[in-house]
Amino acid sequence: MTMFRKPRVMTATQTHYCPGCTHGIIHRLVGEAIDTLGIEGRSVGVAPVGCSVLAYNYFNLDMTIAAHGRAPAVATGLKRANPDSIVFTYQGDGDLASIGMAEAVHAAARGENITIIFVNNAVYGMTGGQMAPTSLPGQITQTSPSGRDSALCGFPVKVCEMLAQLDGPAYIARVAANSPKNVLAAKKAIERAFRNQIEGKGFSLVEVLSSCPTNWGMSPKDALGWIDSAMIPYYPLGVYKDTSRKGIE
Amino acid sequence: MTGPILMKGNEALAEAAVQAGCRYYFGYPITPQTEIGAYLAKRMPEVGGVFLQAESEVAAIHMLYGASCAGKRAMTSSSSPGVSLKSEGLSYLAGSDLPALVVNVQRAGPGLGGIQPSQSDYMQATRGGGHGDFRNIVLAPASAQEMATLTMRGFDLADKYRMTAMILADGTVGQMMEPVLLEPAQPLNIEKPWALTGTQGKREKNIVTSLYLSPAELEGKNLSRFARYALAEQNETDFEAFCMDDAEICLVAYGISARVSRSAVSAAREKGIRAGMIRPITLWPFPTEALRQAAKQVKQFLSVELSMGQMLTDIELAVRCARPVTLVSHVGGVILTPEEVLHAIDHAVEVSA
Repeated sequence: MTMFRKPRVMTATQTHYCPGCTHGIIHRLVGEAIDTLGIEGRSVGVAPVGCSVLAYNYFNLDMTIAAHGRAPAVATGLKRANPDSIVFTYQGDGDLASIGMAEAVHAAARGENITIIFVNNAVYGMTGGQMAPTSLPGQITQTSPSGRDSALCGFPVKVCEMLAQLDGPAYIARVAANSPKNVLAAKKAIERAFRNQIEGKGFSLVEVLSSCPTNWGMSPKDALGWIDSAMIPYYPLGVYKDTSRKGIE
Repeated sequence: MTGPILMKGNEALAEAAVQAGCRYYFGYPITPQTEIGAYLAKRMPEVGGVFLQAESEVAAIHMLYGASCAGKRAMTSSSSPGVSLKSEGLSYLAGSDLPALVVNVQRAGPGLGGIQPSQSDYMQATRGGGHGDFRNIVLAPASAQEMATLTMRGFDLADKYRMTAMILADGTVGQMMEPVLLEPAQPLNIEKPWALTGTQGKREKNIVTSLYLSPAELEGKNLSRFARYALAEQNETDFEAFCMDDAEICLVAYGISARVSRSAVSAAREKGIRAGMIRPITLWPFPTEALRQAAKQVKQFLSVELSMGQMLTDIELAVRCARPVTLVSHVGGVILTPEEVLHAIDHAVEVSA
């Protein structure tokens, strides 16, 4: 019988996340991966600016907070200065796909041997629900009150599809945290992204589609449903790049 | 290495960084500091270090932030427009109490300005250069030799006070070639128990952050940081006094302006004018007390700088406006000549007579 336990690496702290937000699940998956791989003592995390800015409260790990969007650059410095450490960033969509696009793309292009957990909930959460680089066409947000108008402000950024075009990354995958099946797939992908770093394979990024009931104006249940009905059709799940599979298929 | 070597100021700085134990350099190309990157691209691999050309000035300073988090001596270098981009990083480094060495080989501004030498980033450097209350230790080399020695000192001071040391050079000092004696450095070995090296299961986790959501806690952080700054002001203020024993007119100048002023003071002395110079070696902390003492003796000050009176303000503050302070300057990349400065001395003497 498997006992349901808090991952060793996580603190016994209540999170500050809103009810129904899937950040908690994603934190847990990161914690489980670190536990499974036995890298607690070597791991160093970089929290972003955004809802998960306080992530360092929830992990028993050495951690820092990067300026908005700069986590991949900070992680690069940490990893280059101490190659034995396992360095990961945990970033939201505004952080990674808007203000920190350059840092994310270039860390990927360099094949920087780090792990990025990219949480895409299609909205700026902490500041109260503004349009994100990943907000869907027609999506109502505080700064797109009539729905995102693609003629006015362009189209969402598909991070996995874009980064998969680069030669640098080792592993690019998109998963979702909205159902048991999807969470199990997410767990595997996140573990893989950490394992790749241990094995020196290079840049690994897992995009996790996540819910924001508060800023989407939905119940937690409806928010999970919206990931299925609206987000996944625009952001298909799957492995977009995996260099270790090259030549096998 | 034995004996002096003919080097560019930028190269002297780069080699000194290696001698000081810096093994991590992150930078983005910009004139007139390109020799620093070019030198370290070759040199770092020889010593097992990392040279990484970043995608931007912004990324470079945040890579430095990461390497400093790991407890290592690290640096970035740039010139004026690039340093503006680094201002975010300077603020985060300060807010997180991380040691760092940041180099600004100044060129003329504002905007894209020009690529010729300037000293017009004085305010930006000495006031912190980013949002929030903070300071950097600002060192002002006036020769290729000092590009080396002040860089070594900068790394030590950064570690000692857990703050950014900035080398505020200018295009002339960076580009000119002079003999440089690279004395073997003996870097301060300061423990960094706060570093993010992984807990190894042997200690509590370390958190490096500038985020404090409690106003009282954040105020406390600021106050303790400024208490550290006060120690730096007390212990690290440095300047050179030249012909000041009986001076009646005091030039204040740093960097290349100090080299020009030195010639002008010597020429004035030959004419029987009792001129002297105070050359700040640290611009922050500024040699306030030395100037205050000088004000008891001299009749007036000349602020000789390649900017529109940015340092002049600090001189006036130091002497509490007890003596007149006159600006002698060129900007835009034009460099003062000794003759121009001598003329300014002559004029000042005439006016006061």
